[in-house]
Amino acid sequence: MLSKLKSERELQVVAGAFALFGLIVPLLHLFVPETSPLHVPDYLVQLLGKFACFAMAALALDLIWGFTGVLSLGQGVFFALGGYCMGMYLMRSMAGMGVYKSELPDFMVFLDWKELPWYWQGFDSFPFALVMAMVVPGILAFCFGFLAFRSRIRGVYFSIITQAMTFAMMLLFFRNETGFGGNNGLTDFKKLVGYSMQDDATKLTLYVISIVALFGSYFICRALTRSKAGRVLKAIRDVESKTMFCGYNTRDFKLFAWTFAAVLSGLAGALYVPQVGIINPSEMEPSASIEMAIWVAVGGRGTLVGAMLGAGVVNGMKSWLTASYPDAWLYALAALFVLVTLLLPDGLVGLIKRLAAMKRPKAPSNPGAIVAPEAGKA
Amino acid sequence: MLVRWLLVLCAVVMPTVVHADAFSDAVGKLASEDQDTVRSGVQEIAVSGDARSLGVLHALRDGKLKVDGSVVVQEDGSKWKRAVDGSVITPSSKPRKVASNNAVRRAMAPAIARLELTSKDVTLRRAAAEELRRSTPPEELAPVLREAYKAEKDPQTKGSLELALADVDLASRDAAKRYEAVRILGARGDIAFKSKLEPLVERDSDGSYREPDGKVREAAAEVLSSLRWKELTNRIVGDIMYGLSLGSVLLLAALGLAITFGLMGVINMAHGEILMLGAYSSYVVQILFQRHFPEHFDMYIFVALPVAFVVCALVGIAIERTILRFLYGRPLETLLATWGVSLALIQTVRLLFGAQNVAVAAPSFLSGGWEMLEGVVLPYNRMVIVLFGALVVAFVWMILTRTRLGLEVRAVTQNRGMAACMGISTARVDMYTFGIGSGVAGLGGVALSQIGNVGPELGQNYIVDSFMVVVLGGVGKLAGTVIGAFGLGIVNKLLEPVSGAVLGKIIVLGLIILFIQKRPQGIFALKGRAVEG
Amino acid sequence: MTSWKERMKEEPTVAAVEALAESVNAESPATEPGWKSSILFVDNITVSFDGFKAIKNLSLTLQPGELRCIIGPNGAGKTTMLDVITGKTKPTEGKVYMHGQSVELTARSEYEIARLGVGRKFQRPTVLPNHTVFENLELTLAAPKGVFTSLFHKLNGTEKDRIDHILKTIGLKDEATRDAGLLSHGQKQWLEIGMLLGQNPKVLLVDEPVAGMTHQEVEATAALLTGLAGDHTVVVIEHDMEFIRSIARGQQVTVLAEGTVLAEGTFDQVQSDKKVIEVYLGEAA
Repeated sequence: MLSKLKSERELQVVAGAFALFGLIVPLLHLFVPETSPLHVPDYLVQLLGKFACFAMAALALDLIWGFTGVLSLGQGVFFALGGYCMGMYLMRSMAGMGVYKSELPDFMVFLDWKELPWYWQGFDSFPFALVMAMVVPGILAFCFGFLAFRSRIRGVYFSIITQAMTFAMMLLFFRNETGFGGNNGLTDFKKLVGYSMQDDATKLTLYVISIVALFGSYFICRALTRSKAGRVLKAIRDVESKTMFCGYNTRDFKLFAWTFAAVLSGLAGALYVPQVGIINPSEMEPSASIEMAIWVAVGGRGTLVGAMLGAGVVNGMKSWLTASYPDAWLYALAALFVLVTLLLPDGLVGLIKRLAAMKRPKAPSNPGAIVAPEAGKA
Repeated sequence: MLVRWLLVLCAVVMPTVVHADAFSDAVGKLASEDQDTVRSGVQEIAVSGDARSLGVLHALRDGKLKVDGSVVVQEDGSKWKRAVDGSVITPSSKPRKVASNNAVRRAMAPAIARLELTSKDVTLRRAAAEELRRSTPPEELAPVLREAYKAEKDPQTKGSLELALADVDLASRDAAKRYEAVRILGARGDIAFKSKLEPLVERDSDGSYREPDGKVREAAAEVLSSLRWKELTNRIVGDIMYGLSLGSVLLLAALGLAITFGLMGVINMAHGEILMLGAYSSYVVQILFQRHFPEHFDMYIFVALPVAFVVCALVGIAIERTILRFLYGRPLETLLATWGVSLALIQTVRLLFGAQNVAVAAPSFLSGGWEMLEGVVLPYNRMVIVLFGALVVAFVWMILTRTRLGLEVRAVTQNRGMAACMGISTARVDMYTFGIGSGVAGLGGVALSQIGNVGPELGQNYIVDSFMVVVLGGVGKLAGTVIGAFGLGIVNKLLEPVSGAVLGKIIVLGLIILFIQKRPQGIFALKGRAVEG
Repeated sequence: MTSWKERMKEEPTVAAVEALAESVNAESPATEPGWKSSILFVDNITVSFDGFKAIKNLSLTLQPGELRCIIGPNGAGKTTMLDVITGKTKPTEGKVYMHGQSVELTARSEYEIARLGVGRKFQRPTVLPNHTVFENLELTLAAPKGVFTSLFHKLNGTEKDRIDHILKTIGLKDEATRDAGLLSHGQKQWLEIGMLLGQNPKVLLVDEPVAGMTHQEVEATAALLTGLAGDHTVVVIEHDMEFIRSIARGQQVTVLAEGTVLAEGTFDQVQSDKKVIEVYLGEAA
């Protein structure tokens, strides 16, 4: 009964947040005069839209790490791949509007390419690009995961080879010959399905779509984690061998969660790129993927709300510090990595639960503490 | 440099005889505004046989020859001299440059060389012959070359001349001469001749061979195939040598990791930054030597090594004591926490030394290289790193197998609980092991500072490779790490010429991922109960 | 004079075991009798780790409904044998079959073997610590266990009844909504047995079920296991001779030593077997 109550409270919190970000923020942006302290300025809308995409990526990572116990250091690659798919559409949709007035993207003209490479075909269609933004990361994750889980690579080994994959993908995308704009990536976008990307209305719409997508993802993940399959994933995280002896093909379950997480990250990346107006290989740097892990860890892994909260808090800090105290940001991030792993294994959500339990001394015998999952026991 | 200086000297002491002859006429032509006339002037000077020719041509090459009206003048310090006789004159106006184009410049080099070949100075003749060998001499020089070849006593000059002649003969109309030339080139077997022989076996666009004579073609094809073979073997030997050198760099980078990850099961993502600290220690010691003991500068490297070891070991111990010891048995948490440490270290170095790369000057005895095979030059610093890598491996091996600490480390690795029961202070052993692993990384950092850029992001470039080496070799096995490092280095270098450096690296990473499929435990797998724990 | 039971817990001398194992190997036929009707047939398996043979030419035949106790000193290969049967370790040589020779287990992975009806209880009680007792049982119930069926699976009435029944059987009805990680050691042992019951396996492999249990719990476990035999085939691995004596009751007991079968027979037969006494007592007195 208690868990039911808790889950209802969680739903209330999430619904409140959804109303705040999906409804009140746009209203404050549109109808409150700029002089008012309640006005939400342009840059804040954009920032929150970005955070919504990060929060989606955090949900994905939480699914595979927090719930399944597999720490992926390659989530940034899937995010970036989704972003690249969207970027390719945006590049195609501005054919003839570039510096060279060519049908081809500018960087291809610059490389003296005469025609579109085969893998750019079809990206002039928005639905195709959107689907590919999920399919491409999904296929990469499926193939990689199939090989890795089949040979029972677990724990830190898995993390390390996902990092190697990330590194390899980053190198690949840095090359000009790969055909994604090399170092500079894809940028200077002009139009999204016919609307100018500079328009305030387009930006606000993108923001609202991101918020809706985030909460949609949350509910899908929630349903997933509360299904029997979700319980199997948690069982794999805690005692994989036992789960196998219970008759579950843990490889299939891990592969499913891993692929699903990649698809979700890809979607997040696809929403992210039109809002920031650029995608380049720096999104694939190993550090970007590890940073995602700290979002989840700060919020509280194994809880979906925690993942979203963590993405918001860490990125909010990042935006503030890199603007105000640029030298301090890396130290702050370093401190987060160290302190959260040492002192807050359950993240902010765990802290809140603990504080709540202290307030109610007559709490039930189970204080709701999450036993630290023995993830990564190789 | 010496040659040029001598020539200037020659020009200055040249006898100042004035007479209208072929030489004066030819020099006069240099004053023309028509480049073709200038070019024929250059060629005529070369064949004039006059002792002053070389000096004039040299002045022309060095841009010291100018034209004042119709008189050719030579710049000599602040004064001007007539080029023909060396008499000092005052130019009427600012002298203009000698009209020159590519044809003129092309004519100049062999013309000068021709004169130099007859010089009495062996160094000069050698240089000239070598110059001729490199360029394709014009056919009209052939008789001069032959003459010089016959007269030449110095074997090195003679060898160069022989090749230059063969080169000329290759273009000859006489098939027998061409055949002989091919034979000579074949006997010498320089890979550089490949491009000269290739046209002989090619077909023109109409399908006919460029070389009409079948015998010459055959000989050329034979020589070519042997040259190609030689080139391939040289290249492979070279790649393997470069691979060994890269492998030893990887080994030095990964060895510390093999200790901390392999023996202690600690994922230290800050390992790359400890390498970086080692490199910066080397930088700081170098600066101190530059300031205080510039006369013993080369010795700094011997001070840098222990300093780097101690600095890195202390940093490693600090990390172990303050963070890692609370996280044993939680490898994923260790991974995140040490990543945080790595960020802090990078930022600290950035604030202390700046975000830019710093220059670490190598000691003079490490510069230069040894040409092992044609086209395969092994720089001394790379060779020393291979040796150094071997020494460090031996050092680590000695510590692990020959010391009390090593015994305790192995005991703790195998059974922590049992080791503790036997009175081994596992905390102390952990601390020392981590210290040694980090110290060894510091030594690797000093080695890296000798071959590449030193910057705050140095470690990031090595961390993925280092982990790959350890995982590939099999965790907990020193021999595996060594083989993993060299295997990775060699495969990388063998792939590089085929696929390019970046793609090669990507392929290698892909191959490792596939390899781990087959052997998840690495090359040297631990088997049995130890694995299942 | 020390009782032989206590002496049996001591390590036998290596030389004695080796000599004996050799003579036993020479005597035992290549194929066990009665394998055709067997439910589980371990056919001459060898497992070596880096040259060390944890199991040497071990054969074992279990008939449906049988309760088989397996005893043996430390390092006899008992747990390794369970690892081989459940697919955790692949044998270097030999095979494991179910139903005569109709189903080969050695080619299959852990989860397939589990689905074929081989359940295992680990030496240390292994439950899912962050799931409630109820969920622990739910996950083990014999039901389709694919990814997509699990995604949309809803517990039906019969399944709920079955979980309820098991909860009553193992006495954890009141703990159903607690996280299994918070249970006491004995409760975890019971829960794990309950999870085995939920799986409804044909063969139950039980590794040291009474370790760390109170006297009453031991008795209850003995009753439970003997009750299960008949419907299920039960294999019990145990050090505790008292416990073995209480459940063996005329059933076959197998003695393992140095990775091979040393003796097989009723408890009394085994107890008076010369080879067994030699191994456990060292030099024959």
